[in-house]
Amino acid sequence: MSEIFRAQVDIDLRVNGEQVAARVIAGQHVIDFLREELGLTGAHASCEHGVCGACTIRVNGQAVRGCLMLAAQLDGAEVWTVEGLSDNNTIRDLQDAFVARNALQCGFCTPGMLVSAEELLAQGGIPERGKIREHMSGNYCRCTGYEAIVDAIETVARQRAGKANS
Amino acid sequence: MTVQFGNPDRPNSYIGKTVPRPNARRLVEGRGKYVDDILLPRMVHVVFVRCPFAHARINGIDISGAKSVKGLVRVFTGAELAEVCTPWVAVLAHLKGLKSPPQHPMAIDRACWVGEPVVAVVATSRAAAEDAAGLIEVDYDPLPVVGDMMTALDKDTPVLHPEMGDNLAFQRLHEEGNVDSAFASAHKVVSARFRTARHTGVTLEPRSILVDWNPAERQLTAWHATQAPHMMQSVLATHLEVPESRVRVICGDVGGSYGIKVHVYPDEMATAAIAKIMGRPVKFIADRLESFSTDIHARDHEIEARIAVDEAGNILAFDIDDWTAIGAYSVYPRTSAIEGNQVVNLCGGPYDFANYRAKTTVVFQNKTPTCQYRAVGHPIAVAITEGLVDMAAAELGMDPVEIRRRNMYADDSYPVTSPAKMRFEGLSHHQSMDKLMQLMDYDALRVDQAEARSRGVHRGIGIASFIELTNPSPFMYGIGGARISAQDGCTVRMDPDGSIVALSGVTEQGQGTEAMLSQIVAEGVGVPPSNVRVITGDTQVTPYGGGTWASRGAGIGGEAALLSARALRDSILEIAAAMLQADQVSLDIRDGAVVDNDTGAARMPLEELGRIVYFRGDTLPEGLPRELVQTRHYITSEYPFAFTNGVQASYLEVDTETGVVTLLKHWCVEDCGRIINPQLVDEQIRGGIVQGLGGALFEEIHYDEDGQLLNGSMADYLVPMAAEMPDMVIGHVETPTKESTLGAKGAGEAGTAGAPAAVMNAINDALRPLGAQVTEMPFTPERILRALGAIED
Repeated sequence: MSEIFRAQVDIDLRVNGEQVAARVIAGQHVIDFLREELGLTGAHASCEHGVCGACTIRVNGQAVRGCLMLAAQLDGAEVWTVEGLSDNNTIRDLQDAFVARNALQCGFCTPGMLVSAEELLAQGGIPERGKIREHMSGNYCRCTGYEAIVDAIETVARQRAGKANS
Repeated sequence: MTVQFGNPDRPNSYIGKTVPRPNARRLVEGRGKYVDDILLPRMVHVVFVRCPFAHARINGIDISGAKSVKGLVRVFTGAELAEVCTPWVAVLAHLKGLKSPPQHPMAIDRACWVGEPVVAVVATSRAAAEDAAGLIEVDYDPLPVVGDMMTALDKDTPVLHPEMGDNLAFQRLHEEGNVDSAFASAHKVVSARFRTARHTGVTLEPRSILVDWNPAERQLTAWHATQAPHMMQSVLATHLEVPESRVRVICGDVGGSYGIKVHVYPDEMATAAIAKIMGRPVKFIADRLESFSTDIHARDHEIEARIAVDEAGNILAFDIDDWTAIGAYSVYPRTSAIEGNQVVNLCGGPYDFANYRAKTTVVFQNKTPTCQYRAVGHPIAVAITEGLVDMAAAELGMDPVEIRRRNMYADDSYPVTSPAKMRFEGLSHHQSMDKLMQLMDYDALRVDQAEARSRGVHRGIGIASFIELTNPSPFMYGIGGARISAQDGCTVRMDPDGSIVALSGVTEQGQGTEAMLSQIVAEGVGVPPSNVRVITGDTQVTPYGGGTWASRGAGIGGEAALLSARALRDSILEIAAAMLQADQVSLDIRDGAVVDNDTGAARMPLEELGRIVYFRGDTLPEGLPRELVQTRHYITSEYPFAFTNGVQASYLEVDTETGVVTLLKHWCVEDCGRIINPQLVDEQIRGGIVQGLGGALFEEIHYDEDGQLLNGSMADYLVPMAAEMPDMVIGHVETPTKESTLGAKGAGEAGTAGAPAAVMNAINDALRPLGAQVTEMPFTPERILRALGAIED
């Protein structure tokens, strides 16, 4: 196999703060790599078209669709999934708000939802409900009707703004 | 001793309170365990080569190209699987005349819709199986296609299944009173043609099954994303010819169901058949195109309907002619005639009128089979009924709320039997309407609408009253011969540490079943909900039951849980009375301890009772019963179904330049009887409303005239997103059913039942001054602009 079309690619990256070295099939998507090779089954494959957001993870500080990026592109990357963000308590307040407001039912979309919501919240301030709805429109939920999700995100934005001001 | 529901200060008052869901924390941390998360030793993956034509003869299958693919294990044809899996026929005896041909796990000589499985490819990874599937050549001869619903019975339309004689699957006519004379003598008659679009559920977790056959134990185990584990146990046993006792169905976390995961799917049966042949675990996870082309579709109806009213606005008659096309097969084992049958049962539901004719005609065609999807038939029946009622009100110059108040069954008129022969035990249409008016401030909204109109902004208010069928008895499926349990059971056990385990036959699909059961058991026994562990979804472990469908979990599973919890409480108190040398009736259990009933003084923690019973049984009187496990079952028997009622309202704005509808706000007042967990009920209703709003505004499966599926991806089939959904106000009236101690009816489908009609009526309210009307869902910008005459070609 020539250098320009390799069937397998070696990558070195950090996932949830841990060093990972892997040889991946060139066509493997990030979501399959995380789920099948690393056992990180929190994020899910769903539409496989980059539409629904169930596979959303954080790569180099940005929310990324795990079904639209190849594992081979992860060399040198810093990847965070819901498992790591739970372990280090980054999104604890958001998770608490989701549970308290029942902003999840089946929970299949939730790991991706949380990563997207955290991306918005990290921008600071208290976004308008319309802004929250707009930002979360790349994450589909068929169970909740979205209102509880918007409420939970709004609650956390207020809590964080309150803490920042006090 | 009964539960004093009326007293909020009673001890252990968990029923009626919002308590957290025990499984939610796990799910937000990404620690759910859905079928695709499960890995087993020697597991292989199956993918399917699917028919690309709507109708085709299969002349031959050439697998030679696939053999070079690394990881390929085996390839199966339909004929090979037919040797280990018997075909099924989806009919029910009480749906007279319903017919459907035998269906196999995979097509054998002929495929009948785009997506029907033809070849199964098994490999060590999903990717390898897909690579191999792409190299398999199937030689097809396309056959004539039956596509259009309304011409399916025409003489020159080909017959899809020649052995069936024609394309008619089912027809039912129900007639009550004298419809023709009521129409002949009516003050006003209003007619309309309605259309509801073909939908599918779009569960974010695709259909998923992992099946293992252990030849040494002759045991089949299926990890299955399903709503009905015991039904699937029976189906797998019957068609793979394994004793029912040797089939175990395990249902862990399920990523959305909404009715999609309560049916028997050919590819899932094929997966089980392959596991049985290969003697190793086989996993099938549908991809998104497979979801769109093979998950059941629903709601594909065309209806001619009319209403007759007198001068005062009293409804004299409804006349409904409903047509639906169900694809190539009736779906096993619930059948595809139920949706049309429900339209006949439910039209006119809230209203007291005398003359009713409704007919449903159910035809075959070369498309994906349709079957029961959340709120089965309700959104159709409510759209027809409420659409006609609004049109009649407009004809009479009457307010839409006023015409409803004039015709709804009086709140003190129950029990009553409707012209459709539905029996209502107790509903609250008027109280619910009053509450809605108050919540939405109807009069102020009309002022706002008029003010907007003066600025050239077209806003509309739409009202939709509805009834909803819940808590089904065997009259739904069992009497027709299906092995689908209407009864459900619960086993409640106290362990040595005083904690309680509850095992239930109803399942958790995310709606909060486990929280609801934990509250009921906690109150029934007398412990905090956090001290109750709930186990569902394992046929080898839980009592036999029906699972999740027709809004039955709380009303039926919940009642079984309450009865078993009360029985366990009695057992505990009998032992406690012996230990404390007290009279049993003088004791109670509160917050996990035995107490004096009168004073509340603590007598003994349950863990002490557990220690004595399990480890020092020698100290108890010899003949004392010491059964700290109790099981009870519950089935409804006085009424075939427990009907609920409610009313929804939509406020929206129509942009007459672009045809775009903006939802401003939505209200729902619902009466599901006793509310167990207010938050979970509200969120069921909100989620249901949004599924209904999707049907009203966005969702439609498109086929071309050759039966080719045109929008099989989430980019092309539109479901509601956060940005376009409104905030929703939910209110309640509580009319508990008297059939059970708990008094709960179902709440899961009410939102979906009424939302499309409310939106349709609101759009038409906005458009009426412009002389336009829409009745064909979804109400896309194009359809609205056509109604306004802005597009004419």
